[in-house]
Amino acid sequence: MAAITSIPVSPPPLSILKILQQPRSLIVLVLLMWLPLMLNVMLAGSISETVRPYLLLPAIPSALILYGVGVLSWRESPIAIIGLTLIFFWLIVAVSVPFLPLVDPNKPIAPFAPIGAVKNNHYFILGADFKGRDMLARTLWGCQRVLVWGVTATLVAYLVGCIFGLVAGYLGGWWDQVISFIANVLLSFPVMVLFILIMNYLGASGFNIVIAVTFASAPAIMRIVRGLTFDTKNRDYIFAAQTRGEHPLRIMIYELLPNARGPIIVDACLRLGYTTVAITTLTFLGLGLQPPDPDWGLMIKEAANVAKSPQFAYMLLIPALSVSSLILGFNLIADGLREMSLRD
Amino acid sequence: MSVSEQTPVLECRNLCISYFTRAGEIPAVVDFNLKLMPGEAHGIVGESGCGKSTVALAIMNYMGKNGGIVGGEILFEGRDMRTMSGEELRRIRGSKIAMVYQEPMASLNPSMKLGEQLAEVPIYHEGVSREQAIERSQKMLASVRLPDPQRIMNSYPHQISGGQQQRVVIAMALLSNPKLLLLDEPTTALDVTVEAGIVELIKEISAKFGTSLIYISHNLGLILETCSRLTVMYSGEAVESGDIGTVFTKMRHPYTRGLFSSIPVPGADKNMRPLRSIRGQLPLPFARPTGCYFGPRCDHFVAGRCDQGILPMLPVESGSSHFVRCVRFNEIDWSRATTRSDQHAPIETGAIVLNVSDMSKHYTIESGSAVLLGAKKTVKANERITFRAREAETIAIVGESGCGKSTFAKVLMGLEGATNGKVQLGDVDLANLPVQRRSENVISRLQMIFQNPFDTLNPSHSVGSQISRVIRKFGVERDPAKVEERVNQLLDIVKLPRDFAKRRPRQLSGGQKQRVGIARAFAGDPKIVIADEPVSALDVSVQAAVTGLLTDIQRENRTTLLFISHDLSVVRYLADRIIVMYLGKIMEKGTTEEIFSPPYHPYTEALLSAVPIADTSVKKRKIVLTGEIPSPSNPPPGCPFCTRCPYVMKGICDTQVPPQREMAPRHVIACHLDEATLRAMQPVITIEPREMEAELVAGGA
Amino acid sequence: MLKLIASRLLQMVLIMGVVSALLFFIFDSDKFKKQIAVAELGGFAVSALSDQDYQNWLERKGLNVPFYERYAKWVGGILTGDLGKSYQTNEPVATLVADRLKKTGILGFWVFALMIPLSLTFGIIAGMKEGSAQDRITSFISIVTTSLPEIATAVILMSIFALWLRWLPANSAMVGGWNWLALVLPVMTLVLYDFGYVARMTRASMAEVMTSQYIRTAILKGLPYKRVILRHALRNALIAPFTIIVLQMNWLLSGVVVVEFFFQYAGFGKLLLDAALFGDIYVIQAATLVAVFVAVLSQIISDVGYSFLNPRIRFS
Repeated sequence: MAAITSIPVSPPPLSILKILQQPRSLIVLVLLMWLPLMLNVMLAGSISETVRPYLLLPAIPSALILYGVGVLSWRESPIAIIGLTLIFFWLIVAVSVPFLPLVDPNKPIAPFAPIGAVKNNHYFILGADFKGRDMLARTLWGCQRVLVWGVTATLVAYLVGCIFGLVAGYLGGWWDQVISFIANVLLSFPVMVLFILIMNYLGASGFNIVIAVTFASAPAIMRIVRGLTFDTKNRDYIFAAQTRGEHPLRIMIYELLPNARGPIIVDACLRLGYTTVAITTLTFLGLGLQPPDPDWGLMIKEAANVAKSPQFAYMLLIPALSVSSLILGFNLIADGLREMSLRD
Repeated sequence: MSVSEQTPVLECRNLCISYFTRAGEIPAVVDFNLKLMPGEAHGIVGESGCGKSTVALAIMNYMGKNGGIVGGEILFEGRDMRTMSGEELRRIRGSKIAMVYQEPMASLNPSMKLGEQLAEVPIYHEGVSREQAIERSQKMLASVRLPDPQRIMNSYPHQISGGQQQRVVIAMALLSNPKLLLLDEPTTALDVTVEAGIVELIKEISAKFGTSLIYISHNLGLILETCSRLTVMYSGEAVESGDIGTVFTKMRHPYTRGLFSSIPVPGADKNMRPLRSIRGQLPLPFARPTGCYFGPRCDHFVAGRCDQGILPMLPVESGSSHFVRCVRFNEIDWSRATTRSDQHAPIETGAIVLNVSDMSKHYTIESGSAVLLGAKKTVKANERITFRAREAETIAIVGESGCGKSTFAKVLMGLEGATNGKVQLGDVDLANLPVQRRSENVISRLQMIFQNPFDTLNPSHSVGSQISRVIRKFGVERDPAKVEERVNQLLDIVKLPRDFAKRRPRQLSGGQKQRVGIARAFAGDPKIVIADEPVSALDVSVQAAVTGLLTDIQRENRTTLLFISHDLSVVRYLADRIIVMYLGKIMEKGTTEEIFSPPYHPYTEALLSAVPIADTSVKKRKIVLTGEIPSPSNPPPGCPFCTRCPYVMKGICDTQVPPQREMAPRHVIACHLDEATLRAMQPVITIEPREMEAELVAGGA
Repeated sequence: MLKLIASRLLQMVLIMGVVSALLFFIFDSDKFKKQIAVAELGGFAVSALSDQDYQNWLERKGLNVPFYERYAKWVGGILTGDLGKSYQTNEPVATLVADRLKKTGILGFWVFALMIPLSLTFGIIAGMKEGSAQDRITSFISIVTTSLPEIATAVILMSIFALWLRWLPANSAMVGGWNWLALVLPVMTLVLYDFGYVARMTRASMAEVMTSQYIRTAILKGLPYKRVILRHALRNALIAPFTIIVLQMNWLLSGVVVVEFFFQYAGFGKLLLDAALFGDIYVIQAATLVAVFVAVLSQIISDVGYSFLNPRIRFS
């Protein structure tokens, strides 16, 4: 927060934007938003329920500022801004949901209350599910787990994929042969089959989703990074570093990686979408996140057996559209970023 | 055809072309005029970004979706092409106007057989039958002197070499007997000896088919060889046009003059008659000055005259066909217009610093997959390389693609190990010492300058951090303040502003990047610098500045320079000693004087003849090699040059390794020709005395 | 070419070997053995079982020997066409898998039959003129449809066509016999999701080809536009989509799990999921291996096809 509060009030807003756009302040803001949310979801059981919501307080302004900075920096690309808006809608909901005037998402009030009904002194804006729980509260709360596990899983997969990709691409030879073979083995599984096997073996939990996503995504990421490394490693500036006698590790991290960041960021956005699909689908299949806490995949799973007539279709449609909007957001950002990188 | 002889084939009148981007309209070509008579060959010359290729595409009326003709007209045989319908244009394209492109490989469809790509032209333009079309294509292939047209018709583009591909493209262009042939840098992507063959062919075309040519090139020497008239372009404008002879000897625009004085022609010398570069940089298209676009870089600039209004093209004398876009051309005293540049005494070379003896580097490549264990092939990238380099000496390694010069650099830098032989730096043998095992001291003594300015700097880091990394890595300085000071000093040495340290490479021009590359190479006070084609990717006026800089720093630090190049003109200008390589072997080595005068190795002779020289007083003996450079993975046994050598002796050259003939102390020629034959060779380049109103290169003796 | 195919086939055998051994190793854990016991004897009975009884049960089931011995036996079985028996239904695995595979095959056939022409046509029309209205509309449609995961598409399509319009059955279990109408929703769901991806890839490939220099050459040769597109552009632009389409077989095997489960279509995906939830080792084994086989085979076809379509690789 120090980076933000220390700015004097006097300079014009443009220079505040400049300061906020610096990598350092962006990292601070992202951490301020992300860490509380992550702790809130991952350590749900071990933090006392009275403290838990307050953890999220610093995350709310950070998310809002980040959204503002994002919109201003990407104003060239309307596509990216629509995507950003979708993502930040859910992010801001995720960090502020404890403070919104909502009922307990797990409290049964009035089963099958349709959209707009008032039952048992409660106004159901989006209706209630078959157990009588408020759909609005469940939908808004439901984004927390998907976002946290989805982003964490993608990050871990990227870390693993990048390391192996850099090693295989830069060092080549046996390293490449072995890493590529392992990747080929993993890539021969249809993704869902691999997910089912791993989740079945490890048991259903958020952390195991991270592991499953890593196994499923890291080989593909490794291939991308390896390819980018192949493209870059014959550049003269890499030769220059080699002829200076730089350590391979330094060349990989300092000389190669920064130049691969463009395609990596675009791919990471797409992959966040895939991971969201995967988590929701796994939960829907009963292999992912477990009840009773709200989750979109879970909502579809639970409603799929009961919503057999058109007036109850909302129970399925609301979570389905929510998850689609989040994925659309990731895809639009990827598209916008790709378009912007092509323009330069 | 009812068009009379007097009608020009092509006429551009006040042509203006712009590109429309999000930033607004960017004028690419302004007020361009050209008149091309039947059978005439017209050259358009200029540096990158001057709009010369845009003119060619405008003539074809192919501007892409964001380009357009905004003013003037293009008349083809008297008809304005802008008023033609799409269908009319299509009929003209490829039949009456044809084009040859810079990159033959990219211009041919990779998934279609060449025969089909050729036959299309008569089929769609003249409606002939497929059989006839194929027959005509085959004949045309033979007339562009491609061996075995039958085989080429059935090949895909990647199956033939670059020079052959370009001949196919030319054949394709000639198939409908066009009135006008546009050649856009047709030899830039090719090796010099291959280029010479293509240039010969182009010269024949206008004679044989009566085709009018527009030849676009950055190389004045090539224009001299192929054209009768030329237009010099600068920043979207034609600045001078006229007959070749007039423009080459009596140029009337300061830019043209600047261009000529930055080209290394025979007679230029790094010590006595150094090249002069044009100061400053090409203005960006949206930041051109008012008045003369060349004004800010011109030595004859007069405020209030040169920066006013729009300058017209003026005839040099009334009625002459020599035009120039300069308001002061009549006031400048052209006979003494050049300022003297610094002369230097020749550098005294010192002790031997690098001793390479019998160094060989072989690669094994496996043909076939690893699983099925195919036969192994050996590529002899370097074979028994032997030479010595002294302190402060400049040694040039000359050769075309595949000659092994880059492999040699890699061995020297420790990125590859040598297969045999020794590379002695002081008392350390570098031949099999990978860079990881070299001491900091050894590494810092040997540094490298790279070819591609767009590749030499890491785009993700600032210029300053890339230079300071070298300083810290080699322990020149440790204290941050001193490191920064040293970075600033180095930027001063390469004549770049100090605030460039904070810039990213993408904010720099090609020449500026190359200067940073030089600063980085010299940051660790090296004893030997390997420069791998450091100027070949730069425009000529920038080339002169960078070579000048390099020699200045070398003189100052007494550095040994190993200059790797394919360009004999630059080499002649820079080098003290030259090593000529072909397919991994040394063909000839000696002093610059010895290499450029007889006795020659037959390859050196051909190479000298192939290099285009932009000087009307130079006469060259024509030796055009047939065939292509063989693949380095499958070189001929015996002398590697035997497949193309005009002196080849069957049964000897293609079977036995040629002897090393020492013609003079340290002048060695590897050839089967006996000493007498070699000594009897005539000079390739002769300079005829001629009258010139002013010495282009300052300080003439 | 033959060398390429041979080396890829060899690699496939290697991968299948590794995968099957890995599966036996994974399902060797006590947890899975218990899971089978629970499924067969009931949770209460298992917890009441003494150690000795449990060991006896394992022995009776042949689960007490080390996994590599079972693996060796299983490999031997495969060679004679015996894939073992399902713990769940006691049916021979081979017939079970074959039956389900046939059903999924029908589903997959229709998905490809609709998706390929649809996405190629849209992709090529969009890529022909980059930035035009047709390009923008196609790009928008395809980005939205790829953003809808199969469950969302399934939910939406079912709500519209089955719940509101009542045109199609919401359930594709087909208990009353084969019903073509019940196939429509699963096929539509899969086509809609995959269409966007393939169309975007085709568009990108076509757009890249259209900016290439050889297309410029073809236009400046004075060829009619139709010839430029059909003869010069398409051939090169379809190389990349071809490999992508073949690789969609792998994706389809993921997609069918979700779709078949949602619509209760008794196909291969549902078999795999049911077996996984039950811990039916031999069925999982066989199903996974079939899935991996199809996936690797599609990779080989895509590789070989790519080099066949690309003369630059074919003749080098």
